[in-house]
Amino acid sequence: MPDVAPANAQDTTKQPGGWHSLVADWSSDQRAFKSASWGKAMMWIFLLSDTFIFSCFLISYMTVRMSTVVPWPNPSEVFALEIGGTNLPLILIAIMTFVLISSSGTMAMAVNFAYRRDRVRTALLILVTAAFGATFVCMQAFEWTKLIHEGVRPWENPWGAPQFGSTFFMITGFHGTHVTIGVIFLLIIARKVWRGDFDQQRKGFFTSRKGRWEIVEITGLYWHFVDLVWVFIFALFYLW
Amino acid sequence: MAHATTPEGQQHPIRLYLIVWGWLFVLSACSYLVDYFHLHGILRWSLILLFMALKAGLIIAVFMHMAWERLALAYAILLPPLVVLVFVSIMAFEADYTLFTREVFFRGG
Repeated sequence: MPDVAPANAQDTTKQPGGWHSLVADWSSDQRAFKSASWGKAMMWIFLLSDTFIFSCFLISYMTVRMSTVVPWPNPSEVFALEIGGTNLPLILIAIMTFVLISSSGTMAMAVNFAYRRDRVRTALLILVTAAFGATFVCMQAFEWTKLIHEGVRPWENPWGAPQFGSTFFMITGFHGTHVTIGVIFLLIIARKVWRGDFDQQRKGFFTSRKGRWEIVEITGLYWHFVDLVWVFIFALFYLW
Repeated sequence: MAHATTPEGQQHPIRLYLIVWGWLFVLSACSYLVDYFHLHGILRWSLILLFMALKAGLIIAVFMHMAWERLALAYAILLPPLVVLVFVSIMAFEADYTLFTREVFFRGG
């Protein structure tokens, strides 16, 4: 199966737009996703399945929080930090949010420079993204350590409903795992960009497929998704 | 060169990403302020959901380039998560019932 669409299918300018395009693409008896390559479409579909996993976590969190008769611990106080003598509510989480958003910004620019075939800038921006991601994971490790020292466990905590600990560790742990995997992939891609794999179409060590610049955008999709999930966790778990 | 989709990829000015980045910062700051000023009740929840939706929309549309994909892909990816809302309402109903039974049978018992 070719990695990219045949030239005539890729020429989207000749195809209808709007609602007609939706019907035409899906009934075309060829490939439904005409502007997206195979790899990009599959990454989107993987992200869709991942959306369902995180949805299940957040829905189970909603269910236990709604149904408990014990008061829910106040996240604003639980995640407060004392900096310079003043008690700032939720400050660490806010900083983590800004770090992750910044990493998304640098990733978006890396994708842009990848399409301009700018090897150095792309690699540097991906490395900056990976550094932001690693910072985020470190702050999360700090947060976990702090809470564990304060006595939060998956089955109990000092402030209220015991379900707080189980949903907290489950949701943030699963998200942190995604960030960690993302950082590893970013480092691998940055190395490939730096080495010029995509200009030479050097074959991948695992897939044996020719290196293509598009992989930067596909990795970017995954990274933005990690940021996207954090938007929902931040709103529904930390702020609610 | 602004907003062209070619087989080699999409070309957008860098400025676009910087503007979206700035907006994401502003929206995040706003949602933090909701907590900082201890807003409560409907106002708090609606503001949290509003800022969340705006941030998610910006990330998906611009950073993930969904705004420039064809509708066939956009609908295939964006519609299924909306069905999750049905799941949310089912479980909200269920949780409500669980809370009711707990209050009736386990309070003061």
